[in-house]
Amino acid sequence: MSDHPSTYEPKSGIEKWLDSRLPIVRLAYDSFVDYPTPKNLNYWWTFGGILSLCLGVQILTGIILAMHYTANADLAFDSVERIMRDVNYGWLIRYVHANGASMFFFAVYIHMFRGLYYGSYKAPREVLWLLGCIIYFLMIATAFMGYVLPWGQMSYYGAVVITNLIGAIPVVGPSILTWLQGGFAVDNPTLNRFFSLHYLLPFVIAGVVVLHIWALHVVGQNNPTGVEIKSKEDTLPFTPYATVKDGLAMIFFLIVFAVFVFFAPDAMGHADNYVKANPLQTPSHIVPEWYMLPFYAILRAITFDIGPIPAKLLGVTAMFGAIALIFALPWLDTSKVKSMRYRPVMRWFFVLFVLACIGLGWCGGQLPDNLVFSITTDAHGNPLGLKVVWLSQLLAVYYFAFFLIIMPWIGLKEDPLPVPASISDAVLAAHAKKKG
Amino acid sequence: MNSFMTKTLKVAAGLALVASLTAGAAVASEGFKEPEDHHFTFEGPFGTFDQAQLQRGYKVYREVCSACHSMHLMSFRNLGQKGGPFYDPKYKNPNDNPVVKQIASEFDVADIDPDTGDEITRKATTSDRFPSPFKNEEAAKASNSGAIPPDLSVITKAREGGANYVASMLAGFQPAPAGLEVAATQHYNPYVHGALATSWKGDPHKVPLGGVLAMPPPLADDKVAYDDGTKATLKQEAQDVAAFLEWAADPHATERKQMGVSVILFLLLMAGVTYAAYRQVWRGKH
Repeated sequence: MSDHPSTYEPKSGIEKWLDSRLPIVRLAYDSFVDYPTPKNLNYWWTFGGILSLCLGVQILTGIILAMHYTANADLAFDSVERIMRDVNYGWLIRYVHANGASMFFFAVYIHMFRGLYYGSYKAPREVLWLLGCIIYFLMIATAFMGYVLPWGQMSYYGAVVITNLIGAIPVVGPSILTWLQGGFAVDNPTLNRFFSLHYLLPFVIAGVVVLHIWALHVVGQNNPTGVEIKSKEDTLPFTPYATVKDGLAMIFFLIVFAVFVFFAPDAMGHADNYVKANPLQTPSHIVPEWYMLPFYAILRAITFDIGPIPAKLLGVTAMFGAIALIFALPWLDTSKVKSMRYRPVMRWFFVLFVLACIGLGWCGGQLPDNLVFSITTDAHGNPLGLKVVWLSQLLAVYYFAFFLIIMPWIGLKEDPLPVPASISDAVLAAHAKKKG
Repeated sequence: MNSFMTKTLKVAAGLALVASLTAGAAVASEGFKEPEDHHFTFEGPFGTFDQAQLQRGYKVYREVCSACHSMHLMSFRNLGQKGGPFYDPKYKNPNDNPVVKQIASEFDVADIDPDTGDEITRKATTSDRFPSPFKNEEAAKASNSGAIPPDLSVITKAREGGANYVASMLAGFQPAPAGLEVAATQHYNPYVHGALATSWKGDPHKVPLGGVLAMPPPLADDKVAYDDGTKATLKQEAQDVAAFLEWAADPHATERKQMGVSVILFLLLMAGVTYAAYRQVWRGKH
């Protein structure tokens, strides 16, 4: 924290020499050794460190893949297969990179839901939250462009569907679309610019991560009670306490990661992406990767025009709106209490919100006209029941209501439970309860 | 309002959970027959390829499939690399493997004469790719009633159900059920993903599972004569070639799984050590 004085004392001559010229060792010491962390952080707080690990793994494996990859519409698919077959441990590097993207999103969703549950976006952490949202948005863009690079069927048609969304913007949309695609269809120019941006954006993410950590170290970490640090008794130094706990969580995370990479490397992929892109043969079922499915469901949930606004534009607006609302969260929550531990009503709306997100994800992977369950059959014997698109609409309404109605309204109406006076009090109370 | 709302919300959350757990079961089945489970030796975290089966599978590919299907990502040397059908520990470098050399020499490939610049054909070497049966896509289409036979290099990865699907489909051709209109150039197969409702003239409640494809049934009993004396039944051939194609699509699978076991054992050991350190560091601080 900013009011925490530096305790770094350079010992050797070279440390003193460097410290008076560029206090970089001091910065690292103050940030990652002596930095005071709330002593009641639980394992949901280990995902920040895990995410740094994910970014590092993606950048490292990505740089090596780029040495062997060919960004050309005719050669890209075979160059990826060459990595899998002939490059030394190329299969390992590519499977780590491809599954790493999924693991990265898995971790970021836990990190975001944790922030949501414990109110980590509330004052004074609004800028910290906004920076996190920017990272998430950049991650989506990077992952999307990365998925296009192997130039399989799903890569190609994913790029077609997503870039065409821009075309829904009135008046200027079609011109922007041509400019983005570098032509009148997704083709070699699109692949080349996506490769360029896919290499660039991770370093932009790394830059924003530095700002994110800086902002974190200015305001200090939130904690499960949502009560700010009041005294030294509330904290423990980052090293060794947080480092060993983060390290343990990282190892368990890596075990899950390894199970996918070594034993089910294609489980999260799609068979169609092992078919080279063919602009003349549209796959029967175009789906994005699992981590984008909830937003894809929201996009496809809007099947009706409103007045002069066509359904497609509404769908695109809803999809981007769903992401934009996450940015606005700090100003939508009216509650005085941060942690949902002390918000008996809101925490249940939160549980429903998590279920709604998972449900939207499931809907995103289905065809909109599939049935969630059938109730009866029509005269021709076709089953009738709840269509996936109707469930998507229902869940999308809850998604938006959660941010726009429930957050502001419940915050004003709810009677929160008594909040502990300090972190130490909460820890002592938990001990007393355990001993009972 | 807390207690009333909390109760309502708990019920809602519970209902949502129950609904989501039961929903999946009620969804109408897809319009194709699920592939049979062929119990391949390479299934599971410790499964490995059966080299004899890979050799038989290569024979099926070479004598039957390769008449129409390319495998343009495969080189002859791949056949002799570790885990491959003709791997021999005596020849660490697959280019020295006499079986592989022999196979390559049985093929001709197009090349340019380095002295004259003329187009020539020469005997293939171990480093050459499998030659493709057709000169170009147009030629492939012309010979196959308009359909391009897909390249088989990564076919088991490119089809849902993988090797089980390939084996089931190859052995699963059936005469089209009465009432299904199938064009003369098409062939009915219950394992193929397709929608048959529009070409079905029978009871709309009973649209047959499966789809049609341009490939006629390629395999039959005794289509090939196996060198190892295995009886060449339709099912045996289908399984053998599916196993070969699985290996070809993922030639490092065995190495990958073996490394995975070591990596996970190492991580578990690290987890144990780190947990001990964690207990030590946090003693009395919780």
